[in-house]
Amino acid sequence: MFRNQYDTDVTTWSPAGRLFQVEYAMEAVKQGSAAIGLRSKTHVVLGCVNKANSELSSHQKKIFKVDDHIGVAIAGLTADGRVLSRYMRNECINYNFTYESPLPVGRLVVQLADKAQVCTQRSWKRPYGVGLLVAGLDESGAHLYYNCPSGNYFEYQAFAIGSRSQAAKTYLERRFENFTDSSRDDLVKDAITAIRETLQGETLKSSICTIAVVGVGEPFHILDQGTVQQIIDTFEIAAEQEGPAAEPDAATGQDTAVEQGAAADQGGSTDEGVAPMDI
Amino acid sequence: MNFMASKQPENSLLGPEADSQRTLYPYVTGTSVVALKYKDGILMAADMGGSYGSTLRYKSVERIKPIGKHSLLGASGEISDFQEILRYLDELILYDNMWDDGNSLGPKEVHNYLTRVMYNRRNKFNPLWNSLVLGGVKNGQKYLGTVSMIGVNFEDNHVATGFGNHLARPILRQEWHENLSYEDGVRLLEKCMRVLLYRDRSAINKLQIAKITEEGTTISQPYSLKTYWEFSAFANPAQGAVGTW
Repeated sequence: MFRNQYDTDVTTWSPAGRLFQVEYAMEAVKQGSAAIGLRSKTHVVLGCVNKANSELSSHQKKIFKVDDHIGVAIAGLTADGRVLSRYMRNECINYNFTYESPLPVGRLVVQLADKAQVCTQRSWKRPYGVGLLVAGLDESGAHLYYNCPSGNYFEYQAFAIGSRSQAAKTYLERRFENFTDSSRDDLVKDAITAIRETLQGETLKSSICTIAVVGVGEPFHILDQGTVQQIIDTFEIAAEQEGPAAEPDAATGQDTAVEQGAAADQGGSTDEGVAPMDI
Repeated sequence: MNFMASKQPENSLLGPEADSQRTLYPYVTGTSVVALKYKDGILMAADMGGSYGSTLRYKSVERIKPIGKHSLLGASGEISDFQEILRYLDELILYDNMWDDGNSLGPKEVHNYLTRVMYNRRNKFNPLWNSLVLGGVKNGQKYLGTVSMIGVNFEDNHVATGFGNHLARPILRQEWHENLSYEDGVRLLEKCMRVLLYRDRSAINKLQIAKITEEGTTISQPYSLKTYWEFSAFANPAQGAVGTW
């Protein structure tokens, strides 16, 4: 996208029927560090890459607990994300106070989308520069939604946003059909693997990624670093022996989870319908 | 003297143009509502009387109404305030349905909403002069609760309002048990309503029993209870206590 005469205001249409300011806001999401989400019938897992500015500083918080049954991972302008998380927390608390019942995720997501839409139709505002992956549980099961700066929202089985998210998306596309019936632990492993895809060769350590889970009987919480590192260790060992994740391999015999991962890899790599994208 | 002047501070404490806009006393009132949980859901009974003070003025007042898909609301107290509450709930359910997303407000949510409404009105010194019974079933879960005009709310296996608390609850405490059949539940409610009919001056012999289960709501057609007035104590009531009536 290049600068043009229709991109100054969010309230100016281009002749092609585009709102460039909104599209630029979505670019901001693509520049942020990656966040991924995936869900089964009973659990939703969120993961994100946390890059600290320097070794001296702490990393930015990109996953927020909104309520016991809802959490959100953001990519893009984290300040905007923080503000929206506060809005979401407020909505959940108010609903709970009046009805003594958790706010259904679907409704929260619509309220969020409507809030974002307002910023696309006021000359004195700008769109929020953050994409949100909303993970939540309600009466109808586990849900994962993606909220755009444009005010659109979509429901997903699995999704990734932010920089180098395409690699994670490719991995998720190969696997998503299995996710519905996945166990909680397998879902977490898939999430960590998807994050590893976005790192493109860099070593995966628990200090640069954050994982959060919400599920039936399990309120939303962020996994602590120790637990995450343990899971990473289990397949880093296997990964060294079997090479890049896409190769089929004889089971190393160490870990049943690794065997499952290898079996799934075999399934994935023989699937000729989906080709990995190069972008 | 300063009698007139002393009125001023009292009014201003209670708000602008105070007295003309606060509910001070009820006018047309309904009497007890009694409800209990049974095997498949909730049973609720109320008579159809609307009293104007001591006059039994209206005799076809429906004091139990269905709310949404999952709840029943019974009310005693000021009938016009009950109608106002029905309007609030109608709007609430309407907005809930407009989301069109498969979620729906269950009895627990409606009960808590009503608690908030009643309590907030009480805090403004302008109460809705009702005692409400809210019962329902959602996803197999039975729910039965009550809210008073001052916002006191709680849930129980059987609840009642007004005189029902004094005359019906003791019977229910003795005879209610988990998993009552429909027939037993109705029989128990009728027993309570009969006692109320004998002993509550504002009760009339025309009642409706409402049932709510997972499948839906049914409110019976109005009917009467058989009564027996030939108890010997009724024949000569003053026998044991001269001067009584």
